[in-house]
Amino acid sequence: MSATDTPSRPLASLDIKKEVERYALVLGWIFLIAIFGLLLPDTFLTWRTFSSMLGSQAVLVVLALGILIPLTSGDFDLSAASILVFGSMFLAVSNVQWGWPVGLSVVAVVLIGLIAGLVNAFFVLFFRIHSLIVTLGIGTFLNGMTLWISNSRTVSGVSMELVEIVVIQRLFGVPLAFYYGLLVALVMWYMLEFTISGRKLLFVGRGREVARLNGVPVERVRAIAFGISGGLSGLAGVLYAGMTGSADPTSGLQLLLPAFAAAFLGATAIYPGRFNPIGTLVGVYFLITGITGLTMLGADAYVQSLFYGGALVVAVSLSQLVRQRQPQHFA
Amino acid sequence: MTDPNVVTLANRNPGEAPADVLRMSGVRMKFGPVEVLKDVSLTLRRGEILGLLGQNGSGKSTLIKVLAGFNSPEPGSKVRLWGEELKLPLDPGRIRNMGVAFVHQHLALVPSLSVADNMLVSDDQKVRPWGISWRAERARMKALFQEFGLDIDPMQTVDTLAPVERAYVAIVRAVDELRRSDAGRAGEGILVLDEPTPFLSAEDVDRLFTLLRRIKKTGASVIIVTHDIDEVLSITDRVAVMRDGRLVSMMTTADTTRQEILDTIVGHAVSLYERDRSGSRAEGTAVTIKDLSGGRLEGFDATLRAGEVVGVTGLIGSGFAEVPYLVFGADRGQGSLTVGDKTVDLSRMTPGMACAAKISFMPGDRIHQAGIGTLSVSENATFLALSRLRGLLGLSHGAATRATESLIEEHDVRPPRAGVPLGTLSGGNQQKVLIGKWLAEDPMLLLLDEPTQGVDFGARQKIFEALDGAAARGTAILCASTDYEQLAQICDRVFVFHRGRPVAELSGAALTKDAIARACFHEASDEAETATRKEMTT
Repeated sequence: MSATDTPSRPLASLDIKKEVERYALVLGWIFLIAIFGLLLPDTFLTWRTFSSMLGSQAVLVVLALGILIPLTSGDFDLSAASILVFGSMFLAVSNVQWGWPVGLSVVAVVLIGLIAGLVNAFFVLFFRIHSLIVTLGIGTFLNGMTLWISNSRTVSGVSMELVEIVVIQRLFGVPLAFYYGLLVALVMWYMLEFTISGRKLLFVGRGREVARLNGVPVERVRAIAFGISGGLSGLAGVLYAGMTGSADPTSGLQLLLPAFAAAFLGATAIYPGRFNPIGTLVGVYFLITGITGLTMLGADAYVQSLFYGGALVVAVSLSQLVRQRQPQHFA
Repeated sequence: MTDPNVVTLANRNPGEAPADVLRMSGVRMKFGPVEVLKDVSLTLRRGEILGLLGQNGSGKSTLIKVLAGFNSPEPGSKVRLWGEELKLPLDPGRIRNMGVAFVHQHLALVPSLSVADNMLVSDDQKVRPWGISWRAERARMKALFQEFGLDIDPMQTVDTLAPVERAYVAIVRAVDELRRSDAGRAGEGILVLDEPTPFLSAEDVDRLFTLLRRIKKTGASVIIVTHDIDEVLSITDRVAVMRDGRLVSMMTTADTTRQEILDTIVGHAVSLYERDRSGSRAEGTAVTIKDLSGGRLEGFDATLRAGEVVGVTGLIGSGFAEVPYLVFGADRGQGSLTVGDKTVDLSRMTPGMACAAKISFMPGDRIHQAGIGTLSVSENATFLALSRLRGLLGLSHGAATRATESLIEEHDVRPPRAGVPLGTLSGGNQQKVLIGKWLAEDPMLLLLDEPTQGVDFGARQKIFEALDGAAARGTAILCASTDYEQLAQICDRVFVFHRGRPVAELSGAALTKDAIARACFHEASDEAETATRKEMTT
C-alpha cells in the first residue's frame, strides 16, 4: 500500500495551480480595475462609475444565468434574447396600451417565458430535433410576434412603479437591479452545487446515457432546464423594460451573444471547466469593466464588440493552456 | 531493408504459384506490460482463403490491426508483402495502396448516405478535374456489382439495404479499392474480413461466401476472421488458430475436422480464481425472469437465488447480451421480472424504476454508459448515494468525499484520490469505482455486462472479490459476458445462447471454460449444419 500513497508535495503544487486557475478571471478583473484606476483615477475610480456598471448589467446577468441552465444539461437556448425582447414588449404593451396593472404584466411575462421554454423543450424532446434548430426557430418566431404586437414601434410609458424598484431605488448606492441578478446567481449556485437536482442536471449534460442508466428521467430534466431558461429570460425582459420604462422591438436581441460569451467565460473561473453562476457573474462584470474603461479612455463604440469577442477568445485560450489543451467537455 | 517508398512489383516471381503473398513473422505486440501477441508467424498464399479463428482475446483482432497499421508491434516483428520487407509500424495509407483492403466488423458505411457516396469515400486516387460525374460513376458501380452477380442500385441509401447487402457493399468497395491499388493492377490483392458474419442469417452467410469465391477467382487472396467453425470449413483453404496470443496451429481445411479445430481453439488454460460453489447459499428464489424477449433475444426464463451468480453467454449476436439491458429497462422489451415479492411488467420498466426496486446495472460501455470521465471520482461514485449525503444546508461535499474515500479503500482504487477526474484512472480502477458505486446501494439484483472488459489482471481479481462479497451478502448477480474463463471463474450457473434462445445450462462440475466454449461453438455448428442440409433438400 505504501507504494501507492501519493507524495504530498506534488499534490500541494497541483492544488496551487488549481486555485490560480479558479481565480484567474477574478484576478484579471482586479487587474483591469487597477489599470483603469491608474489611467483614470478621477473618473473611473468613482462610486458612480461602479454603481452604474453594476446596475446596468443586471439584464445581461439574468439572461446569461438563464441560458446557463440548458448549457449545463447539454442544450443551447438561442431563443433567450428573443424571449427577453418579447417579454419586455408584452409588458409595455399590456401595461401601457391594455391598461393591465404592472404586477399582472410582470407575472404574465415570466409565465410567457416559461411557456416559451417548454415549447422549445417539446420540439427538442418529442421530435428529437437539435436544440440549436428549435430555439433558433422559436426565437425568430417570437421576434415576429414582438414586431406584431408593437407595430414595430418603441412603446414607452411603463408604470413608474416598475422603474422605481428596478433602477431608481438603490441599496448602498447601487440600483436594486444588481441585487436581483446577484440573488438569482446565488440561488442558482446553491441549486447546482448543493442539491440533487443540480447534480442530475450536470450528469444529464455530461453523459445522457450515463444519467439515464443511473435512473435519471433525462427528458424531464432537459424540459425543466428549458423552462427555467425561458422563465429567467422573461425575468430579464422585465428588468429590461424596468431599466428605461419602455420597450423597443429589436435592441435587446443584441444581448444573445454577450450572454453566451459571459457563460463560456464564466466556465473558465471558480469551477473551471463547468458552467457556473458565480463565474458567469464575474465574466459579465469583467467584460463591462473593460468596456467602460476603454470608453472612458475615449474609445469608439465599436470597442465594445472588439473587447467582448477578443476577451472571450483570449480568456478561454489561456484557460485551455493552463489545462494543457485537454479537449473541452462542456456537454 | 528496401526503401519502403519503392513498390517492388518486379521482385515478384510470377511463375511460382501458390506463392506467399504475405508473410508476417515473429510478430510481438504489447499493450502496456501485457503481451498480447507472442511471436506470431502467418503466411498467406496467392489466391487462397485463409480462416483466422480463436476465442475472444486470443489476439486475432490485434494481429489484423498490426496488418492494418493501427497497432505498432515490438521491434523484431517482420511483415513481408509481395516479397518486400515493410517498415513497422505499417503506414495505413501505403498498405492500402499496395493492395490490402479491410472490411471491419461494423463495415464503416454511413447509413444515411447513398451506396455511391459510400463507395466513393475511400476513392482518393483518381483525379477528377471536372468534379464527379455521377452518371459515369453510377454506371461503373452498377457494372461492378453485376460482375459479382449483385443487383444493388448505387443511388439507394445504405440504411434501406438488408444487412447482407450492406456487407456486400462494404466488400465490393474493398475489392474496388484493391483494383485501384498497385497490386490490383496486376490482378491480385489481399482482402481482409474481420468477423463479417455474426449479424447475418445462415442463408445470407452462404450468399456472402458465393461472393467471396468469385473474388478469389479474380486472383485475390482473402483472410477471414471468424468465430464460426462451419463457415471456416465451408469456405477456407487453410485455417489458422490463435490462442492466448500465439498462433497455435495452421491446418489445411480439407485435412481437418470440426472436432480438431474446436479442440485447438479451446486448448487448455488454468483458471486462477475459482468460485467456491460448495458454500451454503441462502435458499429461496430472489429473482424470477419470465418470457424475456427483445432485440435479438427471443425468450428467456430464469430464477436466481439470493447470493447466486448466473452467467449468460453465447457468440456475438446470439441475444445473451440483451438480457441485462432488458431487465434493467435500459432497452424496451417484453416479459416480467419478480424481485423479492414485487413483480414488474418489463415492457413498462425504466432505469428509474429499476433503481427504486434495488436493481443495479453496470453496463459494458464504460465511457458512454457507465461513468463520466470528465467528472471527478467522487461525483461519479456518490451519484446514487446523494440522498444519503444531505445535511442541513443541502448536499454535503465533505460527506461525499468521505463516502468516496471509504469506497476507494474498500475496492483498492489507485490512485486513492477522490477529487481527480474519473477519466484519468486506468480502465480497471474506473471499473472498481463504478461497480463500487452500484454495490454501495446494496442491491437485491446486480446486472453486469462484460464487467472486466479492458481491465487488467490485478483489477480483475479485485472486482471478482467485490462480486463475491456482494453475493455473500445475498445479492443475486446476473452477468453477461463472452469471456468464458471469467464466467467459469465467477458463476454458479451459465446459460449459453444461440440465435436468441438459451440452448444449454451449465452448472456444478460441468461448468468449465472449455465446456462453455464447446457449448457456444457446438450449437453454432449444429445450426449451420441444419441450415446447409435444408438448402440441399430444397
